[in-house]
Amino acid sequence: MPYNCVVLVKQVPDTKQISGKVMKDDGTVNRAALPAIFNPEDLNALELALQIKDKFGGTVTAVTMGLPTAANVLRQSLFRGADDAVLITDRRCAASDTLATSYILSCAVKKLDYDIVLCGRQAIDGDTAQVGPQLAEKLGIPQISYVETLKDIEDTELTVRRSIGNGHQVVRCKLPVLLTVLDTANEPRVNAAKQMMKHKKALTPIEIQQKAKFELPEADDAALGAKAEEITETLTKTDSVIKQWNLDDIEADLTWCGVSGSPTKVNRIQSVVLAAKEIRDVAPTEKDITDLIHEMIEDNTIA
Amino acid sequence: MIKVNRNGEVWVFAEQHAGKLEDTPLELMGRARTLADTLGVQVGAVLLGHNIDGLAQKLILFGADKIYLVNQEELKDYQTTSYTKTLCELIEKHEPQIVIYGATVTGRDLAPRIASAMKAGLTADCTDLRIGEHKINKTGERHENLLLQIRPAFGGNIIATIINYDRWPQMATVREGVMVMPLADTSRVGEIVHEKVTLTAEDLPLEILEELKTERKVNLKAANIIVAGGAGVGSRDNFQNIWDLANCLGGAVGATRAAIDLGYIDNDHQIGQTGTTVRPKLYIAAGISGAIQHQAGMDESQKIIAINTDPEAPIFGYAHYKIVGDLNTVIPLMIKAIREKV
Repeated sequence: MPYNCVVLVKQVPDTKQISGKVMKDDGTVNRAALPAIFNPEDLNALELALQIKDKFGGTVTAVTMGLPTAANVLRQSLFRGADDAVLITDRRCAASDTLATSYILSCAVKKLDYDIVLCGRQAIDGDTAQVGPQLAEKLGIPQISYVETLKDIEDTELTVRRSIGNGHQVVRCKLPVLLTVLDTANEPRVNAAKQMMKHKKALTPIEIQQKAKFELPEADDAALGAKAEEITETLTKTDSVIKQWNLDDIEADLTWCGVSGSPTKVNRIQSVVLAAKEIRDVAPTEKDITDLIHEMIEDNTIA
Repeated sequence: MIKVNRNGEVWVFAEQHAGKLEDTPLELMGRARTLADTLGVQVGAVLLGHNIDGLAQKLILFGADKIYLVNQEELKDYQTTSYTKTLCELIEKHEPQIVIYGATVTGRDLAPRIASAMKAGLTADCTDLRIGEHKINKTGERHENLLLQIRPAFGGNIIATIINYDRWPQMATVREGVMVMPLADTSRVGEIVHEKVTLTAEDLPLEILEELKTERKVNLKAANIIVAGGAGVGSRDNFQNIWDLANCLGGAVGATRAAIDLGYIDNDHQIGQTGTTVRPKLYIAAGISGAIQHQAGMDESQKIIAINTDPEAPIFGYAHYKIVGDLNTVIPLMIKAIREKV
């Protein structure tokens, strides 16, 4: 039987690319200089959803919350085989901590039809691993975190193998359920040529307006509106209009969004600056190394 | 959430599996003691499971004043939903001001679910916890005696201090191995508070079909000497040098995430932000460039010898002994020197 999967994806700065070039003079990281990428473990979550679709049928919907530019990870999801994509973008989402984020995502997911909700175990910018479990709680469904392998889905029951750190568990659970997926779960597929051709022009409504403006730089509002409508109509034919929702569209209670919905606040931020310690040069010669080892034996560092 | 309760206790989630306490709650007990003493309140340990009464005494010896013991068959195996329900009920009843969990797989699965249900704050993977104040610059409002939740963020490139002044309890998970386990004090006494919770089938949605727990083969935390290799080692064959040196020193073998990803060694050996945190007497880093993620797991080592062919490698920014050279030559020279002397 077919299953509907909703995958939560996130666009993140590539924190592995931090080098001297992206450091500001005060030693802090210039986040804007880092490339924005698809959060690695979210790709594993997407892959798992696509495997479920390949095997059992059903749909895959990718959802992200972020700036309008986060539409990039939704396009990449469509290129890999997702059927639908939703961008939640709203200035009132700014400064949301994990609790507020999970609340906003839950309002959006509740608008969708789902049997299985999937997300990466954690995102590389925060490494908190909190949004998945918090979202499951807000949806009122069970969660299985640290998923390594999907063993089977039979009717309305799913069996997975999950990591427990030093070891593993095989657990069975009734649908609907939320899974957080590890990077060891699978090898994410690359873009499929067919999907890429179909969705290569996929745009969000904000991007459609920008495109209309780009094509008709001198036009008045009415003409721009008509142009945007024309673009929308063309894109709709290939299911290439990315849904774009704000907090009103998902009927979110603003008390639980953004700053007011976030119990955790930043008290201070310190940059990690590598402080030079007193360092002794040891030449890679037999004499220097033997002296070093003897010294360590004498001061009892080496017993 | 619960109200701001300045008389509330400091709680530790006493994670146990199959009747055996994990190391992390014991590690957390020392810090919980310090936090509670600063605030002038008691330390509580929350112990959930079945036939686990014997563990309560151990928690007292490690620093707990009170053990909240929920001993029920339904709690024998950890499940997110049942443990969340139980902890939420206990938190609402006793109103602790702080609740800390180990950032183990279980702690990272449970704590966010509780935070969501309580609509309270939670900070993940802290490396330090202190008591301090928070000032809101805009209004001049001051909040004293808050839990400062200190954690690396942004791939370890910044250290953030997080607070929660109004939606309590203040909660944090703490990375394994970063807090030093206190010594058991056999003269300590404490109180055991028996609690009960009503759980239904709905609270136990998982069926655990199989469980395999492997004892950690490598005990990095306990090692006095660690020899660690990174991507610069170059191959699984070259990694034999690391093993040989560790064997000759009676030390343990460590590795960076990069070396593990390249298949040189398995992930039990990982040191760093996402692996084990170590503070041995001697740390020998070979072929490790020294990214901040790795530094986070070892820079409290008493002596660090770094071997790298690149004189500009970041590791030389925090090592004590700098050897610019090929580890395939340097390590055999070290082994020779040790064999001759010992």
